[in-house]
Amino acid sequence: MVDDFILRALAAGIGVALIAGPLGCFVVWRRMAYFGDSLAHSALLGIALGLLYGININLGTVIVCAAFALLLVWLQQRRVLATDTLLGILAHAALSIGMVALSFLNNVSFDLYSYLFGDILTVRISDLYWIYGGGLMVIGLLILNWSSLTLMTLHEDLARAEGVNTVWANILLMLLMTIVVAVSIRIVGILLITSMLIIPAATARQLVTSPESMAIWAAVFGLIAVIAGISGSVEFDTPSGPSIVTAAAIMFALFSTFAVVRRRA
Amino acid sequence: MTDLLSANHISVYRDGKTILEDVSLSIGKQDFITIIGPNGAGKSMLLKCMMGFYAPSRGDVARREGLKIGYVPQRLVADHTVPIRVRRFLTLRKRAAKDALMKVAAETAIEEILDQPIHVLSGGELQRVLLARALLDDPDLLVLDEPAQNLDVTGQLAFYKLIEKIYAERDVSILMVSHDLHLVMSSTREVVCLYHHICCHGEPSMVTRDPEFISLFGNDMARLMAVYNHSHDHDHNLDEAAPLHDHGHSHDHEHMEKLDG
Repeated sequence: MVDDFILRALAAGIGVALIAGPLGCFVVWRRMAYFGDSLAHSALLGIALGLLYGININLGTVIVCAAFALLLVWLQQRRVLATDTLLGILAHAALSIGMVALSFLNNVSFDLYSYLFGDILTVRISDLYWIYGGGLMVIGLLILNWSSLTLMTLHEDLARAEGVNTVWANILLMLLMTIVVAVSIRIVGILLITSMLIIPAATARQLVTSPESMAIWAAVFGLIAVIAGISGSVEFDTPSGPSIVTAAAIMFALFSTFAVVRRRA
Repeated sequence: MTDLLSANHISVYRDGKTILEDVSLSIGKQDFITIIGPNGAGKSMLLKCMMGFYAPSRGDVARREGLKIGYVPQRLVADHTVPIRVRRFLTLRKRAAKDALMKVAAETAIEEILDQPIHVLSGGELQRVLLARALLDDPDLLVLDEPAQNLDVTGQLAFYKLIEKIYAERDVSILMVSHDLHLVMSSTREVVCLYHHICCHGEPSMVTRDPEFISLFGNDMARLMAVYNHSHDHDHNLDEAAPLHDHGHSHDHEHMEKLDG
């Protein structure tokens, strides 16, 4: 007999893996890993606002992260500072403001640790709606814009010459990442969300020869990592996020070794 | 309107500098126009405006309705993190029938590499792949932004020969930015010399007869501009990015004659 909370956690984790894998390909291709990390850090401010004003935490996170992304785009247009500097400022500012705001909260049941590293005990049915609702949107938009986004990744001007609105496409990618960050917090935690985006995609890269198969394999590897990680988390009573990422990292190591050996042979 | 694409008195000012000043240029059917000029002369900006990537501060760009443009960028930095084969790259966002694809592949001599990942290709192969992609839609106009800049001399020669062949065999107009005027002389029909404004334009045959002109062109664009200065009543100060002089006269043919003689 499997407990309900484990099933909920598995359902949530599978949903996260299925969207994070394909989107993660763009994070790897477009070198957006630091952006993902920054976005995730700013999510803490969303959580704080959610708890302070009693709005849904997922919603609070989406709002704060989307504002973060748009603010970044606006600052980038001014071309005064490099993107990584801007990200560093915005991310740490949001993280700090979030922590300051949380300290005003006199909620004994608040467990920062579970937000940082994920906790399968906290997954509720309403979270599943968020994950699968948001997930369907992410996958739908990704499939619709797949060719344009891939072409833009290979050559921005070429995409523009062929009618892709690259400004809009960039914002779309950021907003999709926002959704993934918001729905992943329960399972993997703020600090480890980026790894769900990049490790499965990076593992898949070593096996494939087309962008589409990389997306599919990234989802598959994410799925395996989630199932292995949550099982381990239940078995050994470890935090879910680190358990999932450990599983993903082991897979990455295995396939990297395999790829090196195969190339030598 | 017979023009496929035209820039009408466009000016671009950015960060207090004049990048383009009152530039007009039009491309008609069967035209083959090459834009030349020193680095920082605004060649890329002119192309960006004409492609609609950048809105000029003044003036406008008119595009014939339904015009199909094939764009060939300077280079494709093939990123090894993106796994993609040539065949898939060619058909991203494009619906091409198999025989149409094979026909273009034959035209650009890339049949052999269709199933290779793009990150293993040589510079010349990549440029041919980009050209093939531009040709897939059967464009009315090919726009090439220094398409051979990153190739060695043999590669450049081969690439321009290919462009010439395509121009001869297809019903296509060509607008190209190039540094290698000595290589494109034989194929281009018209040369536009740009230095923030259009300094001169005309048939290359008129200038090719002057050996000094050719030797200067290959080596040092700046010195070429100095040659022009002798027959001008205005100065180009190459140290200043933006000459803001008044310039209401036409002196195109004057140049050519002086250079001929």
